[in-house]
Amino acid sequence: MTRPGYAEPHVDLGDVATPQLVRRLGRAPRAVRNYFTKTWALVAMEGQKLRHDPTELLTRAVQPVLWLVIFGEVVTAARAFDTGNIPYINFITPGILAQSVLFVAIFYGIAAIWERDLGILQKFMATPTPRTALVLGKALSAGLRGLSQMVIIYAVAVALGVSMNWNPLALLGVVFIVLLGATIFATLSLIIASFVKTRDRFMGIGQLLTMPLFFASNAIYPIANMPDWLRAIAAVNPLSYMADALRSLMIVPGLSIYGLPLDLGVLGAFAVVLVLIGGHYYAKLVL
Amino acid sequence: MDRFTLSVEAGETFGLLGPNGAGKTTVIRMLTTLLPLTSGSARVAGYDVVHRATDVRRSIGYVSQILSADGSLTGYENLLVFARLYDLPRDQIRARVEEALQIMGLSNAANRLVKTYSGGMIRRLEIAQSMIHRPRLLFLDEPTVGLDPLARGAVWDYIRRLRTEFGMTIFLTTHYMEEAESLCGRVAIMHLGALSALGSPKELEEAVAADLGGDHITLNEVFAHYTGGELDSGGNYRDTSRVRRTARRLG
Repeated sequence: MTRPGYAEPHVDLGDVATPQLVRRLGRAPRAVRNYFTKTWALVAMEGQKLRHDPTELLTRAVQPVLWLVIFGEVVTAARAFDTGNIPYINFITPGILAQSVLFVAIFYGIAAIWERDLGILQKFMATPTPRTALVLGKALSAGLRGLSQMVIIYAVAVALGVSMNWNPLALLGVVFIVLLGATIFATLSLIIASFVKTRDRFMGIGQLLTMPLFFASNAIYPIANMPDWLRAIAAVNPLSYMADALRSLMIVPGLSIYGLPLDLGVLGAFAVVLVLIGGHYYAKLVL
Repeated sequence: MDRFTLSVEAGETFGLLGPNGAGKTTVIRMLTTLLPLTSGSARVAGYDVVHRATDVRRSIGYVSQILSADGSLTGYENLLVFARLYDLPRDQIRARVEEALQIMGLSNAANRLVKTYSGGMIRRLEIAQSMIHRPRLLFLDEPTVGLDPLARGAVWDYIRRLRTEFGMTIFLTTHYMEEAESLCGRVAIMHLGALSALGSPKELEEAVAADLGGDHITLNEVFAHYTGGELDSGGNYRDTSRVRRTARRLG
């Protein structure tokens, strides 16, 4: 295909003269672009759904508001935890964002089972779309909902007098961490859905998974307050790293026990590995 | 599924018939790469379904038995996502979506939410989704199940149009004999996972007439002849609940 401004090639080596590897590399940029176009197609679809019916965004907002306004305020007043030089309400605000993203994302497996029952997933699987792009598209759709939670939590935090970090780079960092966290938990959820296959069974497992992930993390209390065995679990729980990263970016002064580079490394590794595993097992859902 | 050998010519409309549970959907799911083959081999549009799955997916369109358009999106949006998943060039997407809507007679309903569509419109939208990339081969699994006779006739007209205007090869399953007679050049009858008859509707009728010594044999009688005529030969709970759910959604 010739585009305006590009000359026709003078020499056409043809298929025979071009080694296969070179041809593959030549196609690579296009393949990468297609991969992200497809991932984006699924996220855009989620955005359109939310635009047609935004009620879910509002009902989803209730839970984090309750956690911050009631739990956060009461525990702050009780001075139950030692959170160093920051008030407890500042400590818990990033934790509640992490928790909201977890709660939104962990039930994406149910949505996938539902789409399987409706036959939507089968049609997606019959298109030339890499499985990991289907998984990543779903995961980032969860991220989109996570971002709406972020807006609400920022608004409540401001109302409660939490000193927020408005540095644009820090805000961008928070957006990135929300998307990364949503990718991890939504993909975990899709992997579980691929094995359990029915909504009833998934509901049971979803409950079983969510609460331990939440409580065995540093989302609502510092790791220093935990017994050793719980501290060991928290140290391998991605939610801890998500809350820690958010805590260093969202509030002033920031607070981090692992350090942002380690947080990003751990979260990035979780996301890549889970998307690859998810891509491998997602097709099981339509068997 | 066993003893199943079949070859479909380019440009023909081929019908796979059989009672519920005979394995029609299994065949379609294997040919559309959704279900792995445990043995044997299959080539679709010249590509092996196991080793060249992506090429197969690029060459085919698939409409599943269940109503699968997304009710919480508009018709336009339902097509947009498939235009992107089928790698259509960015500058052609809008034109192709509008063309697909126009071919399937849905232009006026493009910006309405699909949950306000009638059953026949949803089916046509799904066919539009599966042909937006102009595939060589279209798989339709029970394309008119649960539709009233009028809507069914309309869907048949649109399917015929795809063959005459775009030269698409169409592979459909059905258990409505009048559908097979009206659309298909050749049919295969499946029973308990195996192929029991293959030919044009007319050939099969003549063969059965010669067999039974009957005078005028209908395709219904042909069907009964080759499937043993037993009631309740198959169909499990999941199949049945799926068909009922589709029927309910169609109202």
